[in-house]
Amino acid sequence: MTSTDNIPSNIPGNIPGVARLSMRERLHRVDRKASPYLYVAPFFLIFAVFGAFPLLYTAYVSLTNRNLLSPGTKFIGLDNYSHLLHDSYFWNAVENTLGIWVISTVPQLLLALWIAHILNTKLRGRTFFRMSVLLPQVTSLVAVALIFTQLFDYRYGLFNYLLNQVGIGNVDWEAGSYSSWIALSVMVMWRWTGYNALIYLAAMQSVPDELYEAASVDGAGGLRQFFHVTIPMLRPTILFTVIISTIGGLQLFTEPYLFEPLKQSGTGGSDRQYQTVAMYIYEKAFGGSEFKFGYASAVAWCLFMLVVVISLVNYLIVRRIRSAE
Amino acid sequence: MRTTTLKRPAKLSVAVLAAIAVILAGYVASTASAKRSENVTLRVDLFGDFGYHELYKQFEAAHPGVTIKEDIEDYATHHANLAKHLATGAGADDVEAVEVGFIAQFKSEPQYFVDLNSLGAASLKSQWLPWKWQQSIAPNGAQIGLGSDVGSMGICYRKDLFQSAGLPTDRAAVSKLWPTWQAYINTGVKFEKNAPKGTFFFDSGSNVFNAMIGQLNPAYYDAKGNVIVGTNPGVKNAWNLTMQGISKGESAGLAAFSTAWNTGYQQSTFATVTCPAWMMGYIQGQAPKSAGDWDIASVPGDGGSWGGSFLTIPKQSKNQQLAYELIKFLTSPSSELYVFKHTGNLPSEPALYSNPALANFKNSFFSNAPVGKIFTTSVKRLKPQITGPHQGDIQTASSNAIQRVEQKKQTPSTSWSQFLKDVTNVAT
Repeated sequence: MTSTDNIPSNIPGNIPGVARLSMRERLHRVDRKASPYLYVAPFFLIFAVFGAFPLLYTAYVSLTNRNLLSPGTKFIGLDNYSHLLHDSYFWNAVENTLGIWVISTVPQLLLALWIAHILNTKLRGRTFFRMSVLLPQVTSLVAVALIFTQLFDYRYGLFNYLLNQVGIGNVDWEAGSYSSWIALSVMVMWRWTGYNALIYLAAMQSVPDELYEAASVDGAGGLRQFFHVTIPMLRPTILFTVIISTIGGLQLFTEPYLFEPLKQSGTGGSDRQYQTVAMYIYEKAFGGSEFKFGYASAVAWCLFMLVVVISLVNYLIVRRIRSAE
Repeated sequence: MRTTTLKRPAKLSVAVLAAIAVILAGYVASTASAKRSENVTLRVDLFGDFGYHELYKQFEAAHPGVTIKEDIEDYATHHANLAKHLATGAGADDVEAVEVGFIAQFKSEPQYFVDLNSLGAASLKSQWLPWKWQQSIAPNGAQIGLGSDVGSMGICYRKDLFQSAGLPTDRAAVSKLWPTWQAYINTGVKFEKNAPKGTFFFDSGSNVFNAMIGQLNPAYYDAKGNVIVGTNPGVKNAWNLTMQGISKGESAGLAAFSTAWNTGYQQSTFATVTCPAWMMGYIQGQAPKSAGDWDIASVPGDGGSWGGSFLTIPKQSKNQQLAYELIKFLTSPSSELYVFKHTGNLPSEPALYSNPALANFKNSFFSNAPVGKIFTTSVKRLKPQITGPHQGDIQTASSNAIQRVEQKKQTPSTSWSQFLKDVTNVAT
């Protein structure tokens, strides 16, 4: 019944119906072309507001003598940067940052590889161990830093108590340069080793078994297989973890800041023995009564460039893994 | 002078509370003439507990529709946030506390604060110690804050440790041990000779150093506002005496207000600590079990002060008139007396010093020491000091310098020259 009603009404409507179809087609084409951009737009909008804008604005502020409290900002060109090059405390912070980064990242990634390798074997209670290595990751960064700071305390800390028991005597972890770097590296490693191990583990599981079988047929033992099959296959993953650890390690702030006895000025120890670049930015901008935003912004940009350069260097180094194949 | 993360735990004694409430009720009734009934929330931003909770209730009762909310941060965060909020024009509370270590810096930017004289504070001037009133006056003449407490100074000491080291324990006799700082350091030598193993004469070199600096005038700044750290013989003398104490092994080397320092109280690691009035509350909070072991003697030298605060009203406050009434009430003599009795913060108003309720006040935690008398005597003898905008940074640099020697990282002379270099850096 309804179909007979519809037929006549459909015939005159045929031509506009075709037009509507092509319109819809056009819309469909626009949709196919534009909507992917629309779908990724939220990320880029948020990045523009909270990422790109602060980045560029910081670059602008770094060219001024802006002070948080005093009004009247003047454009001073590259003065901040030229001053920075002769600032021995800045270079001290760079040295500390690189030092802490090296002694926390290198052992950390090696250890993570080893743990991943073990977790990849047919271990009893595998899931339990895989979960456990991730556990430090879910603890609060501040809690980790505060508790380790107490463990490393000179007079009342647990580590020194144990060292005393074996007759080594108290180490003033916080006061010494290298000892403070080691203490901070332990905090970083404790938190991040498991995370990297799980990433390596995921990558190891996607290595095709045929490769190992072929290697066995060729007579390669476990160790040889690890170095000549696993590591090369993990190259993209290793690159990823190295870059991520570099970015994180060079911006290290919370652990050294909370390692300070007073946790307020950001000088990183009585002789700035563990002041990182990020802490130096904080000290200049907020830590004391200087509020030198222009100068702190210049330091921030130098840190940014440092991260870029070191990431590139790492990229080149890690790329060589294949040539060792 | 600068203090860190002042914690002033309120120990409410109900009996005294009731007595004071009566006085307060009378005062509030007399100021309640400002009839307001709109619903307003006043926000008060402090560092540490100033012991104001009961006073807020009094004020709210006298001003129907007014609710008071308090925000508390630690010392360093509070002042850094205040600077941020002032600079960005948003986020500051109606009332902001500023510690004396920061007042010189904030008053050099008076455009951010309400000139309290324009709201009638000038007529209250005689209420405060003249130098306290003066400290918060901006270069353009604006009064940006009303004084809450002053530091004053004594020496808190452990009677039990003194006894085992063969020193007198009676507070009058102990005070006689150290008429000067040199005598204080010498007493430390005697103490270390017979002291129990693992105990030190004082907590940290920087606390002793800062107490000596607190008695100088001028200290870090001269009257023209120039930094004179390197040329002031008084500063060098304080440094030398501190170094002397450290080299004799008198210092426990615990950075003041650090976690290890707090543990030091519980473990009885040190026998004396320089003690402003507000430190009493801190010690009681940190080592409640040591009640009765502590006593208070007078400070070497000529009186002294460490800490003390002001209540200010940022210009961005939407309730300036009401906020003014609140700080006027909180800094009134009766309120300051109330706070002294409950948290130990010494009033900044000389009329109270002869008030028997204060002058005869004894603190049972500190072996019933007549703290009212000790601290008012000290503050009356105090010669007020000129402070400058980078007072806090200079003090941070000096504490680091003293620590470098305590940690045996540097010799006193190397550390001193690095300190002077740091001072030049922050002051330019």
